[in-house]
Amino acid sequence: MSAPIEMPKWADTILVPAISVVAAFLIAGLVVLSIGENPLTATRYLLQGSLGTGEGLGFTLFYATDFIFVGLAVAVAYHAGLFNIGGEGQATLAGLGTALALNNLTFLPGFLLIPVGILAAAAFGAAWAAIPGYLQAKRGSHIVITTIMFNWLASVLIVYLLVNVLREPQSMNPETRAFPEAAQIPFMHDVFAWFGITIPSSQLNLTFVLALISSYLIWLLIYRSRLGYAIRVVGSNPTAAVYAGISPARIIIIAMVLSGALAGGLAVNELMGYQHRLLLEFTAGYGFVGIAVALMGRAHPVGIILASLLFGILYQGGAELAFEQPAITRDMVVVIGGIIILFAGALDGLFRRLVAHLLSRPKLAGA
Amino acid sequence: MDLGILVTVFDSALRLSIPLLAACLAGLWSERSGVVDIGLEGKMLVAAFAGAAGAYVFGSAWIGLGFGIFASVAFALIHGFASISQRGNQIVSGVAINMLAAGLTAIVGNAWYGQGGRTPPLEGDQRFDDFLFGHSALVFVVLLAVPLTWFILGRTRFGLRLRAVGENPAAVDTAGISVTGLRYSAVIIGGVLCGLGGVYLSVAQAAGFLPNMTTGRGFIALAALIFAKWRAWPALGACFLFGLLDAIANQLQGFSFPGIGEVPVQAIQALPYLMTVILLAGVIGKAIPPRAAGVPYVKER
Repeated sequence: MSAPIEMPKWADTILVPAISVVAAFLIAGLVVLSIGENPLTATRYLLQGSLGTGEGLGFTLFYATDFIFVGLAVAVAYHAGLFNIGGEGQATLAGLGTALALNNLTFLPGFLLIPVGILAAAAFGAAWAAIPGYLQAKRGSHIVITTIMFNWLASVLIVYLLVNVLREPQSMNPETRAFPEAAQIPFMHDVFAWFGITIPSSQLNLTFVLALISSYLIWLLIYRSRLGYAIRVVGSNPTAAVYAGISPARIIIIAMVLSGALAGGLAVNELMGYQHRLLLEFTAGYGFVGIAVALMGRAHPVGIILASLLFGILYQGGAELAFEQPAITRDMVVVIGGIIILFAGALDGLFRRLVAHLLSRPKLAGA
Repeated sequence: MDLGILVTVFDSALRLSIPLLAACLAGLWSERSGVVDIGLEGKMLVAAFAGAAGAYVFGSAWIGLGFGIFASVAFALIHGFASISQRGNQIVSGVAINMLAAGLTAIVGNAWYGQGGRTPPLEGDQRFDDFLFGHSALVFVVLLAVPLTWFILGRTRFGLRLRAVGENPAAVDTAGISVTGLRYSAVIIGGVLCGLGGVYLSVAQAAGFLPNMTTGRGFIALAALIFAKWRAWPALGACFLFGLLDAIANQLQGFSFPGIGEVPVQAIQALPYLMTVILLAGVIGKAIPPRAAGVPYVKER
């Protein structure tokens, strides 16, 4: 490995990610300029659409919920030294699990349906991640390749099931029938209405709270528990882990199971919280955005929440922007995500060296 | 089954395997030099877009090919800069390349042509027409890349050095040969090959660019590369096999076997992925990647 670049902790955890995000936005601005639009006007529409109205804010937080879950999923695996790019597939399977549970276990008392649906999502997501985890731990198959293959297997499987097995006989669309009403996670505007408070209605639902709770629990797990310590040891030095009596194989499988279960949160928010049925392509590439979120948030839950808010703003604001300026489609968000992954992930060293250089200059001048 | 159907299936298998083969060989070059490349998909996509746009504007498929290769090589150089010069994470860089390609082609395509990201349909000289046996010249260029890859990597000084860099870069460095130079050349060759594959998709197979038209071919190519155990002739075999599966899936749509009934298309589509996972699990044979693949090279101080 190359020599570590020395710098204060605040610079490492805040300044470096911030600079890479700013650089990503500058480049995105250039893309906007090059297609003949004004980046400043675009930014104004973006912010107005995502934060300017109560409704917009609700949608922003709805998207942020998705990103918190997939970001945490990538982060937990990352701490164990694994690169889980199978979030899409795991969330897809989680959606299948939810739909199977909710549409078949209708005899259960209503108040049980929501927990059962969430558990089914977590279990199916975890199982789909556990297989690549097992193959990595016991057979040495590279997790990146197997999770890619599992993404495609999941997408082929879901198409088959929705078209041939799960579809409503009368319906033309490849989607299941609606979940029972008791299984639908309440919208935030309904929850507030119970207390007599009126807020603008949006897709935002109670899953957002679940995402925040999950973030706290993952923080406890990673930084305050024995298992979390073992995960981080395996991630930074598997050989040392063996000497410390930790079994890397076991930790790898556990980390992947957790990761897959977290990716299942995407299905909970999208399906139980909003669509209320299983349909094709509900994951919409968010699993890959999770990589950007985790890298930007330095795999720390607080960072992940902040990064998720940023991407929530981009997704919601991007939708409004595409409405105002049709030339700038929502694909712009994918571009920004790609640049952030490149800068905060692959070109990390470039920005770290830059920051270290800038910080060390005053000292040299004083000497 | 009569001969006519066999010829049709063989023909479409060849057509479908060409983009896979181009991307697979691109991955072979890159990974043999020690640079893991999961950005094959993205590079094909930018090449498909730049190729179609270039062919449309200049009215020539060959000029389109130039643009496609140029775009693909530019993306390959971003990946090279991140993974070779900056010693960044090669997987992360590959993911970024794929996202950038998907987003940029859709945005720019929409801004230029306003047809939801599509390029205008190509016709006449803007497309590659039949060259031999009803196949375009690009097919033969890509097929020719197989023996060339085999020969260069196996029989020339450059190729042997390149493979050594993928196994033990320190040894190559000690011999006074530039690790960086070799890896950059491999990445650029990979860019050219992805360019051929992408342009084939939009300018020869189809008549124009569609958003996300690579639909995972870059990843099937990655699977084929593992199947071929990073060797050129087996790569041809693996890509043709996967192309054949695809062709059979197309043929079987709605076809009912006596006794079995209809075989779902998805079952055949899933086979390449499934076979790769099984192979990687070491149940049938073992696929061992180049030893230094994915590891940035750091000169000792």
